[in-house]
Amino acid sequence: MNDKPKIIIGLIIFFAVFTFPFWYNHGAVSSAPEPKLSDKAEKAKHCVRDTDYMRKEHMHLLDGWRDRTVRDAERVYEIDGKEYMASLSNTCMECHSNKAEFCDKCHEYASVDPYCWDCHKYPKEKK
Amino acid sequence: MENNRRSFLKFAGVSVLGLGSLSLLDGLTSEDVIASSGQASAEATYKKTANALTAKRWGMVVDTKKLSGRICHKMEKACREAHNIPELENKKHEIKWIWEAHYNHVFPGKTDEFLVERLKELPIPVLCNHCANPPCVQACPTQATFQREDGIVMMDFHRCIGCRFCMAACPYGSRSFNFEDPRSAIAHENKEFPTRMKGVVEKCNFCAERLAVGKQPACVEASKGALVFGDLGDPQSEVRQLLKENYAIRRKQNLGTNPSVYYIV
Repeated sequence: MNDKPKIIIGLIIFFAVFTFPFWYNHGAVSSAPEPKLSDKAEKAKHCVRDTDYMRKEHMHLLDGWRDRTVRDAERVYEIDGKEYMASLSNTCMECHSNKAEFCDKCHEYASVDPYCWDCHKYPKEKK
Repeated sequence: MENNRRSFLKFAGVSVLGLGSLSLLDGLTSEDVIASSGQASAEATYKKTANALTAKRWGMVVDTKKLSGRICHKMEKACREAHNIPELENKKHEIKWIWEAHYNHVFPGKTDEFLVERLKELPIPVLCNHCANPPCVQACPTQATFQREDGIVMMDFHRCIGCRFCMAACPYGSRSFNFEDPRSAIAHENKEFPTRMKGVVEKCNFCAERLAVGKQPACVEASKGALVFGDLGDPQSEVRQLLKENYAIRRKQNLGTNPSVYYIV
């Protein structure tokens, strides 16, 4: 063990680099963002499904809408006796007209980049 | 303790197993799994819109006797506005759903030295033939192009990877590729219909989105009777009546694609 100092210095450097993301971001951690509801969404009180479901499963819901609409031509989503047109741009964005505040906020935080908007349109927002 | 490879591997194996089962336990006891297994989720169903037009096999009859350059132009415009089709300056990047062509190019197998005068100058509208035996569907490696039960050959843009096999397979040139982002070149935006993105193929969809809400295709509405749209599978339909009374031809019939667009000449 003649190289003890070298090894220890090497280990210290290794751990410093390895844990860099942890201590670099320490204190900079922001709390999870709350999506902001538009006035219309606020008034409507309930979405297509309950808030908890929408929060966790909206991507799967939209996936189902997309497949059934395009591939099976079944454009109506019925739940609890209520019918909804399965359309992102024409149904979801009708209430949730604030994409930046409602969609992007969380998506950015969670570092997900859905490509919906490459084709589907969203209402123009006032800055 | 004697340190050798054997004991190290044993120790490592047991450790990995132990740590792995921990995360498994964690997953099983987490709220999500318990919640979803405990309560039955609310029943959601999908169905067609109440006023949707349905058919056994959609088809179209083009009556060239009622056609004119102006009508062709109107049909193209209606389609462009309904589907957010861009008007790109570069001809090679052009996106075409319905467009006009010369008789000799529409029916290359039926050209004659002494063609009837009327057809020499007449622009003929061409679009996807929604073949009963579509080569593009067979060529598509991702099933982005598929045939609906009602005969419409549709594109699922979500699945298109832009390989363009379908373009090579289609004998009618009915498909266009988005070489550039189309959004900037859309003159009249239809907010209810999505655009496409760079890197996907697109073509006529027989206005599937309009049929779903009980409307005729946009070009048919703009055609002033030159295009008739209907059910080829129903002997009583208008298209079948027209075909009974008039001699009609189809494009490149000898290829066996069985097109659903007929031309009364």
